Amino acid sequence: MELEGRTALVTGASRGIGRAIAIYLAELGAQVAVNYSSSEQRAIEVVEAIKEKGGRAIAVKADVSNPQEVEAMFEKVLNEFGDLHILVNNAGITRDALLIRMKQEDWDAVLDTNLKGVYNCSKAAAKIMIKKRRGKIINISSVVGVAGNAGQSNYAAAKAGVIGFSKAIARELAPRNIQVNVVAPGFIKTDMTAALPESIRQEMLKQIPLGRYGDPMDVAYVVGFLASDKSQYITGQVIHVDGGMIM
Amino acid sequence: MIFEKVRDIIVEQLGVDPEEVTLDSKFIDDLGADSLDIVELIMALEEEFDMEIPDEDAEKISTVGDVVEYIKAHSKE
Repeated sequence: MELEGRTALVTGASRGIGRAIAIYLAELGAQVAVNYSSSEQRAIEVVEAIKEKGGRAIAVKADVSNPQEVEAMFEKVLNEFGDLHILVNNAGITRDALLIRMKQEDWDAVLDTNLKGVYNCSKAAAKIMIKKRRGKIINISSVVGVAGNAGQSNYAAAKAGVIGFSKAIARELAPRNIQVNVVAPGFIKTDMTAALPESIRQEMLKQIPLGRYGDPMDVAYVVGFLASDKSQYITGQVIHVDGGMIM
Repeated sequence: MIFEKVRDIIVEQLGVDPEEVTLDSKFIDDLGADSLDIVELIMALEEEFDMEIPDEDAEKISTVGDVVEYIKAHSKE
């Protein structure tokens, strides 16, 4: 299997896209640390689903915006698995509002989790990967970070920030054989998008050339490729998984 | 004593032979270090000698001798 003997940490892996990524990386042979912040029961279900298929996984609690919790999480992963080859920064939240109605705390919460969380986890992972002279960091951005979206200025700023951040560290870490790439999903069927009003969902559908929503697995397959040795010569890229919304 | 400890860390971090490391060795010109190597080295030294080396001090370090002098002056040990 492609990821046999590798260890992966997937943040925000109890639900949605993160869950699909965690389960798929395990199918490819990786040992997977399933990070969650509040949904403990659902994280345990992901671990169980991996174990049922003969894989190895643990659930690790941490709010990625909190550096102390992130440090403790990486310690736990290293204690359990002894190494870290793959980091997938997937944890993300939304606090949608039009700009003039957006509260400071909504701005801060989204930037803290979706952007500072990526910084916290990438920093901790890079320290391990630099020493080993290899590694894969895969950051989940969004079509919204590229094209913008009314009512999501905080989310768009954070997700665009993830792209700039990833390109910068891709350059920093390239001499150590660490590849950093971004996956930018479009409209994927998850709890996060299910929370949107039907009118907005219909409107978004019109903007998708392929005429349908994506499945979390559509994202997971790309992450699996970027986590594998097949993508050794790809770094600093943004791969769009959005049915053609961005071309 | 400090020199030996520093030399061991440099050998480990930069993958050079111990004989190559003298007090006059320049990290970048003689030992082939790049900017990331220097940062890693500083972090390893901070850990070994239980001290913090601020960026503005780290920038002034160019030879192995600079490091040894710095640690002698600032180490808590």
